[in-house]
Amino acid sequence: MRFRVIPFIGLAVSLLLCSTVFAATPIKIGALFAVTGPAAFLGEPERNTAQMVVDEINRTGGIKGRKLELIVYDTGGDATKAVQLATKLVKNDKVSAIIGPSTTGESMAVIPVAEKDHVPLISCAAGIKITDPVKHWVFKTAQNDSLAVARIYEQLQRQKINKIAILTVSDGFGASGREQLKSQAARHGITIVLDDTYGPKDTDMTAQLTKIRGSQAQAIICWGTNPGPAVIAKNARQLGLKIPLYMSHGVSSKKFIELAGEAAEGIRLPSGKVIVADMLPASDPQKKSLLAYVKDYQKHYKAEGDHFGGHAWDAVMLLKGAIERGGDAPAAIRDQLEKTRQFHGIGGTFNFSAQDHAGLGKDAFVLVEVKNRDWMIVK
Amino acid sequence: MKKELLKFLVFLVIVMAAPLAFKGGYLLNVLVFVGINTMLAIALNLLLGYAGQISLGHAGFFGLGAYLSGIMTATYGWNPWLVMPLAALIVGILAFMIGFPVLKLKGHYLAMATLGLGIIIYIVFNETVDLTGGPSGLSGIPNLTIAGTTFDTDLKNYYLIWSFTSVIVFLAVNLARSRVGRALRAIHDSEVAAQVLGVNARIIKIQIFALSAAISSLAGSLYAHTMTFISPASFGFNFSVELLTMVVIGGLGSIYGSFFGAVLLTLLPEFLREAQDYDIVIYGALLMAMVMFMPGGLVRGIPALFNRFIKPAGKGNGHA
Repeated sequence: MRFRVIPFIGLAVSLLLCSTVFAATPIKIGALFAVTGPAAFLGEPERNTAQMVVDEINRTGGIKGRKLELIVYDTGGDATKAVQLATKLVKNDKVSAIIGPSTTGESMAVIPVAEKDHVPLISCAAGIKITDPVKHWVFKTAQNDSLAVARIYEQLQRQKINKIAILTVSDGFGASGREQLKSQAARHGITIVLDDTYGPKDTDMTAQLTKIRGSQAQAIICWGTNPGPAVIAKNARQLGLKIPLYMSHGVSSKKFIELAGEAAEGIRLPSGKVIVADMLPASDPQKKSLLAYVKDYQKHYKAEGDHFGGHAWDAVMLLKGAIERGGDAPAAIRDQLEKTRQFHGIGGTFNFSAQDHAGLGKDAFVLVEVKNRDWMIVK
Repeated sequence: MKKELLKFLVFLVIVMAAPLAFKGGYLLNVLVFVGINTMLAIALNLLLGYAGQISLGHAGFFGLGAYLSGIMTATYGWNPWLVMPLAALIVGILAFMIGFPVLKLKGHYLAMATLGLGIIIYIVFNETVDLTGGPSGLSGIPNLTIAGTTFDTDLKNYYLIWSFTSVIVFLAVNLARSRVGRALRAIHDSEVAAQVLGVNARIIKIQIFALSAAISSLAGSLYAHTMTFISPASFGFNFSVELLTMVVIGGLGSIYGSFFGAVLLTLLPEFLREAQDYDIVIYGALLMAMVMFMPGGLVRGIPALFNRFIKPAGKGNGHA
């Protein structure tokens, strides 16, 4: 029995040593990403990017000599789990701020936790409801869908197209897009002649496209994330549909071109600037951040950085700026976030204010077209 | 009967004392959901464990309760305490009507029919955007209040939810030991034999289906008021399967089994999170091991293991 005591003493001593070694305590940042599950295409690049940026900050000396500690939890895209994990970040890990969640549904579910426990939350989801109306503790980095819709409609107006068909996916992303497409149409003098949806797991959309072919639509706008839109692109080509096809920023990654193959040619979509970083004019204020992000991501993960990961990049860098200016108390971080102006990130140029916790303007999106299996900026 | 009362009192003491051990940590928040899951597992167990009728659509009834409460209180401003029993009644009646055709089916066909029912309800949540808010969910659901106290902290919610859960446990234990409970078990073993003995199997099955749905709806209402936000993703097929797993792992035909099943399946992922990327693998392996070595569920498996390994070992030492 006696020799069992020795390891315990050893353990106690080493614990004591540990606590004295780390004099400057790290600043804890929590992150909730849907790394697994149906929204993994968002959560994975977000987690990778956040970890990469935090490592980079720590390698170059941290923030005012203090290291950042990133605590990432996987929500699996489940709202209940997101709430539990947010509570865990606040109560047990005692983080100074939370990045994420990845999806609008989870973000809406987590907002009460952030508001009640007074922790700044920077959501990486796009839903307009997250910051409209403004919540005291909640910010977001993903571009509002309304900006993407406005970008497409402006282009259609320029081409004198006024009758369109919309085809949206029946999930949170599609529902939000559909709402914006419908509410902004009149303002741009556009009539939606056909409004149809498809399921996130559907593998054939010829039925919807045949209906569109029989309508008077002069263009199709499809709102969804991979793989649905790629199927639609292929089906449209098979049916010989000649009218222009527009997609959402939900597919602005190389993955879409891979999936749709030849059928992707000529498709246009609004996108964050990250996929066309090297084509931007040198005068673009975001160019420096964008090129650095693309290069770092390629180096670390041997993959192309996309704008989903960019949401996490922006969130970490916004926090870094806020902590540098005002310290790591949650209330101070919140106040400093709100004062952020002219921050040139991946998603766009952020200008937060007491009335605007989304912070982006129309310049956050460029319109791109697929040409020779690559993106081109539409002038 | 005294033994049952003692069991219930032990359960009550554990439940009421548990928050003392967690002191406001996040696990208290998880325990609130354990309470909701316990209610659901008991509801499903009454149907599956006692009457032997499978349902893969219980997440749908759970969701109906949540959405009825959510919509009526958040959109139309009704009193939550009024909506809650009303929702349970509506869902119960709905299940009663659906029960007539569906419960004529047996085995795999019943599983398929209830699976379909769950999926239809899920699609309705997604597609009726004007009413439910569609896939992006419904927010602004009020917390419950009693006499000026708002249930807005984890501790308050814990006692609120577990009060309901305790009442459900008490009623379910009583039901299981009543004439109806015996009739259900008779149907489980042989429907023909039960009918020969004068049990109206068809009606009793439909009644228990409706009761089970009504309890699920109540759990859904409580979930909506605790979360204050709901979205269809929480009420999908996956959750129906998770409930089924709770019931089977806990022990079919045991009310406290459902309690243990809900506790284990809700808490286990939290502890396995330490294992990072491997948590899902370990989770799956543990479930497999439990089903293989404790086919009767935790309530029967743990005592059996105890008898097999601990008791003989004690005897062995005595002989030596």
